Amino acid sequence: MIRYEKQSMKELRAGMGEGLVEAGRKNENVVALSADVKGSVKMDGFAKAFPERFIQCGIAEANMVGIAAGLSLCGKVPFLGGFAEFVTGRVYDQIRQVVAYSNKNVKICGSHAGISLGEDGATHQTMEDIALMKALPNMTVLVPADFNQAKAATLAAAGHDGPVYLRLGRSKMPCFLPEGEKFEIGKAQLLSEGKDVTLFACGHLVWEALQAAEALEKEGISAEVINIHTIKPLDVEAIVASARKTGAVVTCEEHLFNGGLGDSVAQTLALRCPTPMEYVAVDDRFGESGTPDEMLTNYHLRAADIVEKVHAVLKRK
Amino acid sequence: MKNIQELQQIATQVRRDILRMTTAAQSGHPGGSLGTADWFVAMYFDLMDIEPSRFTMEGTDEDMLFVSQGHITPVIYSTMARRGYFPVSELASFRKFGTRLQGHPSTAHGLPGIRMASGSLGQGMSVGIGAAIGKKMTGDRRLVYTMHGDGELQEGQIWEAAMFAGAKKVDNLISTVDYNRQQIDATVDEVMSLGDLRAKFESFMWNVVVIDNGNDMAQVFDGMSRAKSLTGQGAPVCVILGTKMGFGVDFMQDTNKYHGSVLSADDLPKALAQLPETLGDF
Repeated sequence: MIRYEKQSMKELRAGMGEGLVEAGRKNENVVALSADVKGSVKMDGFAKAFPERFIQCGIAEANMVGIAAGLSLCGKVPFLGGFAEFVTGRVYDQIRQVVAYSNKNVKICGSHAGISLGEDGATHQTMEDIALMKALPNMTVLVPADFNQAKAATLAAAGHDGPVYLRLGRSKMPCFLPEGEKFEIGKAQLLSEGKDVTLFACGHLVWEALQAAEALEKEGISAEVINIHTIKPLDVEAIVASARKTGAVVTCEEHLFNGGLGDSVAQTLALRCPTPMEYVAVDDRFGESGTPDEMLTNYHLRAADIVEKVHAVLKRK
Repeated sequence: MKNIQELQQIATQVRRDILRMTTAAQSGHPGGSLGTADWFVAMYFDLMDIEPSRFTMEGTDEDMLFVSQGHITPVIYSTMARRGYFPVSELASFRKFGTRLQGHPSTAHGLPGIRMASGSLGQGMSVGIGAAIGKKMTGDRRLVYTMHGDGELQEGQIWEAAMFAGAKKVDNLISTVDYNRQQIDATVDEVMSLGDLRAKFESFMWNVVVIDNGNDMAQVFDGMSRAKSLTGQGAPVCVILGTKMGFGVDFMQDTNKYHGSVLSADDLPKALAQLPETLGDF
């Protein structure tokens, strides 16, 4: 299998922040909005580089969504940033009406997504955001895997005409994908070929899936690892082709079972090629306080948990 | 510019349209539509700088209007059709399957003149602020208007937006409140009083214009002209537009009964008898 080296530990939200500055340099219509969390969501670099194009909305996310939609009418490319829960769940109806249904060119950057947010606890740890956003017609849902890919995804979002949700974590996580690699919206990324089982992963769990594949290789199990960085539109053909090849699937995500990557893959397989499948995800519960490491381990989102699910799915093959 | 009498005649026809559309669809919201017909006609036929035949989503160098209480589509669509955005005959399709004239305004069906969906209340002021900032950023000196129900002001997002617009001096924005004191369950005072609305907006750093009788075309004209003259002075402008819900038909007036319910085919002629046809029915 192809091995990926951990180049560094970096935050995905910071990748978005760098990408946003670059997008702002390339396109003077790119504007950014935040709700009193520009530092937390790493929009401070943009605000410093382009103060006249940064809009501080105060702690009022609903209003921020509407302002972004209004700006898009005038040819602007608004990126709004906040904690993922507060720019998805809190403002779901606003996004539904003036972004998704009205089909406006608004980019929603949800930082601090998932359980690896850690110490803040369940109020801030959204694990439903993928479900909410992918349910909306017209919405594109991007879940990059590391810092470099978060930056590339931000640039891709800026160049895409239409609503985008960009999911980003808060904590420092392994950076392992090449810098400057082009991000193709809607295209699954084959990271390592295998023949016995396919691991479809997104976000922080892509690194865990690669670690799991290395461990499985030592057991003589050949795992294919595919990064589904675009949950919607889903690369159905890539998923079906790999499932047909390996005959067993495990999905890996930092999200609830309900409505995440696993459900998207399960739906695809049920319709196109029923295949034994297991989920690595959080089972219908809220998070809690703890370090990011403790959260991922205790909620069973580690490479070892993926290996265990591979063993289970191979028995069903 | 059209004279007041001409505008009144258009408003009368718009009121006929509202009633005929909602009775034909056997659904829709005639009450608030009738009450605001004079304002919509004044805006679309005179006060706003618009060119219906060259409608673009971007609205560059045009005034923009966002109607936040999207349920008053009967008055929006009738006024737009009469102004030339789309054929008047299309009003017959209101709320019917396959129509561009959706129950609430939509951008998904290609109707010229609609830039944003509305219907879920409380969102239009925020959208208007975004467009107003966008116009400032692009050096476009035209104005942005928003329209709201008074009951709609119970939505929290309105006050987020009002706070933003005042604090950030969005002075190319004019937000009008249809102050008819009625909402679907009861009077606004009975449901949840707005208190001193003028003082509320002033404390949010807005300039406020009050139009006592928004069903008097001359007053609408004067008040909105005054509002326009207050733009560009470092504060957004709020217009409190006193209207009567159901205005124009005696038995529909001053009640919330027709907020979201329509006349039967039997009752329609009684109402239309009070509104002479001026421009030809659709």
